[in-house]
Amino acid sequence: MFLINCPYCGERDQQEFKAGGEAHIERPKQPTELSDDEWAEYLFIRKNIKGVQFERWNHAHGCRKWFNMVRDTSNDEIREIYKMGEKPPSQ
Amino acid sequence: MTKNLRVKTSEYVDETNRISFKFNGKIYHGFKGDTLASALLANDVHLVGRSFKYHRPRGIMTSGSEEPNAIVQINSGTNRTEPNIRATEVEIYEGLEASSQNCWPSVEFDIGGLNNFLSPFLPAGFYYKTFMWPASFWEKYEFFIRHSAGLGKSPTSIDPDIYDHRNVHCDVLVVGAGISGILAAKNAAKNNFKTLLVDEKNELGGSTIYENNEFNKIDNKIPSEWLKKEIEELKSIKNLEIKTRTSVAAYHQYNYLLARENLTDHLEAKDKTNKIRQRLLKIRAKKVILATGALERPLIFNNNDRPGIMLSSAIKKYSEFYGVACGSKNVFFTNNDSAYESALSLYNKGINVEAIIDIREQSESKIVKKIKEAGIQIYWSHSIIDTTGYKRLNSVSIMKLSNDGASVTGSKISISCDCLGVAGGWTPAVHLYTQSGSKLKFDEEKKVFLPNKNTSEQISIGSCSGDFKIDEIIKNLNQKLKDTLNIKETDLDNIKVEIDQENSKRNIWLLPSDKPLGKTKPFVDYQNDATAKDIKLALREGFRSIEHVKRYTTTGMGTDQGKLGNMHALGIIADTAGVKMGELGTTTFRPPYTPLTFGTIVGRNVGKFFDIFRRTPINDWHVENKAEFENVGQWKRAWYYPINGETMHQAVQRESKAARESAGILDASTLGKIDIQGSDASEFLNRVYTNAWSKLAVGKCRYGLMLNEDGMVYDDGVTTRLGENHYIMTTTTGGAANVLGKLEDYLQTEWPELDVYLTSVTDHYATASLCGPNSKKILKKLIPDLDLSDENFPHMSFKEANIGSIQCRIMRISFTGEHSYEINVQASYGKDLWKKCMEAGQEFNITPYGTETMHLLRAEKGFIIVGQDTDGTMTPIDLQMDWIVSKKKYDFIGKRSLYRSDTMREDRKQLVGLLTDDPNIVLEEGAQIVSELNKSPIEMLGHVTSSYFSPNLNKSIALAVVRGGKDMMGKKLFVPMENKNINVTVANPVFYDEKNKRLNA
Ligand SMILES: [Zn+2]
Repeated sequence: MFLINCPYCGERDQQEFKAGGEAHIERPKQPTELSDDEWAEYLFIRKNIKGVQFERWNHAHGCRKWFNMVRDTSNDEIREIYKMGEKPPSQ
Repeated sequence: MTKNLRVKTSEYVDETNRISFKFNGKIYHGFKGDTLASALLANDVHLVGRSFKYHRPRGIMTSGSEEPNAIVQINSGTNRTEPNIRATEVEIYEGLEASSQNCWPSVEFDIGGLNNFLSPFLPAGFYYKTFMWPASFWEKYEFFIRHSAGLGKSPTSIDPDIYDHRNVHCDVLVVGAGISGILAAKNAAKNNFKTLLVDEKNELGGSTIYENNEFNKIDNKIPSEWLKKEIEELKSIKNLEIKTRTSVAAYHQYNYLLARENLTDHLEAKDKTNKIRQRLLKIRAKKVILATGALERPLIFNNNDRPGIMLSSAIKKYSEFYGVACGSKNVFFTNNDSAYESALSLYNKGINVEAIIDIREQSESKIVKKIKEAGIQIYWSHSIIDTTGYKRLNSVSIMKLSNDGASVTGSKISISCDCLGVAGGWTPAVHLYTQSGSKLKFDEEKKVFLPNKNTSEQISIGSCSGDFKIDEIIKNLNQKLKDTLNIKETDLDNIKVEIDQENSKRNIWLLPSDKPLGKTKPFVDYQNDATAKDIKLALREGFRSIEHVKRYTTTGMGTDQGKLGNMHALGIIADTAGVKMGELGTTTFRPPYTPLTFGTIVGRNVGKFFDIFRRTPINDWHVENKAEFENVGQWKRAWYYPINGETMHQAVQRESKAARESAGILDASTLGKIDIQGSDASEFLNRVYTNAWSKLAVGKCRYGLMLNEDGMVYDDGVTTRLGENHYIMTTTTGGAANVLGKLEDYLQTEWPELDVYLTSVTDHYATASLCGPNSKKILKKLIPDLDLSDENFPHMSFKEANIGSIQCRIMRISFTGEHSYEINVQASYGKDLWKKCMEAGQEFNITPYGTETMHLLRAEKGFIIVGQDTDGTMTPIDLQMDWIVSKKKYDFIGKRSLYRSDTMREDRKQLVGLLTDDPNIVLEEGAQIVSELNKSPIEMLGHVTSSYFSPNLNKSIALAVVRGGKDMMGKKLFVPMENKNINVTVANPVFYDEKNKRLNA
């Protein structure tokens, strides 16, 4: 059970949060211009890394804010947490 | 006759408090402080159970939670009965009843014992090999397996006890209150760390508390005396909380641990009532100090499992702590000095020790010399090659070991005995350490896995970190405490320790016999009856991974998770395969360390607290008026209102007719409601709904369909523009939370530039939906001064008005196809509003209707229910709702996906109406639809999603999804059922009032 440091509320138990998949996948600004393959890439294709991964998390049972997390999936070490819109730290 | 083997008064057993208990129906006596195991041993009872596979008689092996054999059912036939309880952990109380498991008809005579003689035919993997083939035979085997397998019997009546959960936060959690745990907790608390010390036993002090070996001294005192003084001091320390009878079951990441605190299991029945039985502590610790100790290893030799064969350390504990001798003629078998401590303990109490068999060539420590002086025979370089005694050990045979330890030589000596203590060295209890995700390394010299790479703020101290001698323990503990607590001085700086130095060890994982391995039974996993030859067989059959060998032989898969024999299994695999143990790794130790009761896991979440129910503000009225309820998500919704013993069908037919013929009223409070405000609210709705919103005037309502980005329908509902920058969105009852979450996600992550604020107001409003041709007259009575004309208050529009002093938001919208109004009031006025509507509607026979009638009425109109007629694979086009998809909007969620090659296929499943040729047959929802009956394999075209008998059309109607259904209007299809084929015709899904004339009636 992780202890997650919500950037708005501080450290809270994992059960207050919802994981939201891979981070930094921006919704295309002009979807209609994309080919089926390009759209499918956005829609379906996600990394599933053993190692350092960038993820979206939501403090669903708290402030309801979304934020980003850098997590090592091999040992669940949370390396970094930063707000939406902020640049990912160079890992 | 039972013997009394209580040999010494013990300060931990109260001989003035005599307790009677039953074991296998017979009355025995023990004392307050005894465990079931110590009390049975005091009565000379060793045989307590039968093994799992061969049903071999088994006795008590240990004195703790690692016990593999002495597993009992307690209090059979009562509602507190519990299976698979370790006799070594049960504290006895007046009235306790325990019985053996896994034996029939009795532990003394067990039919399954035949398996022991059949054992040449029951090798490793026997069950896999035999019962898996042919598959059709499984049914025949199952009966046999289910009856011969399985341990205890689970209770059949409701658990009368209360369980509790508690969140605990501390700076330092110390697990284990042996000498190192006590010293660590003391120093942590003294340095102002809020400290919690837990131990699974009822007494603090671990094994040192009864360590009376005169050759070891701490500050010139024998260890037990010294530690008692330390424990006494603990009581006056602030910041320190101590919990005994508390066993840590799981150690998760980020120092989150689950522990079970046992509060009443040691009390007699009359003292258990109205108390919390067990409490699950959910501990979040800044630092964790593991002082979980070490488990003594058995030795693996032929017939090493008979009742009377025990761990040497357990014999010592029974003697020193409980004052019980485990036998009258004792023999020890060892590879290190610790057996000599146990032997000395017995010798000092005048109990007969026949011999010590030591696989080492010699040892010169003080304690060995003392044993020699006592005249006890020591057989150096000897090994036990066999034992005898079916239900109780009566002799051991020994022979001289060859130099390489691989075989035995010389002549056989037989020693008569009734108890054998085995001492195979020590295994650090690293189970919790590895559960936390931390990694072990193998120490080739000590032959143990030791903590290596920590993943969280934790340290391991004492014997669980590989320090087995008191001097090592204190020296290393001192340094670790200073490092981890960041302190300069500790109590330990000036402690003087003298210890007896052991100077030789010898490790042989599998001891030889004079017989070939195939003719012997050297047990590695006692509970699951896995022997060394099973492990070798698995290797011969090609299994290499330790995890595979484990599953194939079932080694370590019992309720004890193989705490005693896992290391030997690894050692035997390593020796046989010629690899190093460190390279093999260990099997995974999984939580819980010892089994947890279901009661502890669920805590207070039982009965009505198992899942939370949500009830509408109008709920009391529904209950008073005898509504039947259905669960919709967490809501309890009125389903239908039977009158005079009506069936559901009768009630729904009556309610449906009334709603169309005069007036009906529905509690719609459960619909999700999201308040949307901000200068970009209109733009936001444009992006989340498929249709256009910019031109919706203030005071108007619009139906909207929301898609996922993959183009599939996600939710629907009516949204009303309350003001220039203010909307109220309704969602489906079940979808409310997810829709809000999804909208928040887009707002925060994709469109942070939009000025929009979302607030869930579902619980803040109560909603009565008034429908039917007389609804207008009823509303007129309630609000005489509101102009209800179609010009002033047309369909799909909104008014604010007062009913008496209650402020209302009224939407003229319809989910039934009738002229209708949804009246929203502040939740606390909900019931009052409802009663006023009922009163005003009385002259029109206003009829309350539930969700079933609502579903029927909307089906007559072909309105979909998201989640019933859709299943996450339906686009709006599939639903024949092309009209709601804006062609002009540049983008909205899911738009691009509607143009993917797959979503544009013509032969996708599409929503259609379905009419049965016989109008009285009502299809089953979920029934499959086919076009040809005599084809094999039969091709499924789709399935029925909604089906009702319509009282207003006087025929059965259904909605269905059918492949290519859009172009099948009028086509004859079939719905094959178990005993008949139903003829159906594809129809327009709008069955009633296709021109929507009734909306303005
Ligand atoms: Zn938060």
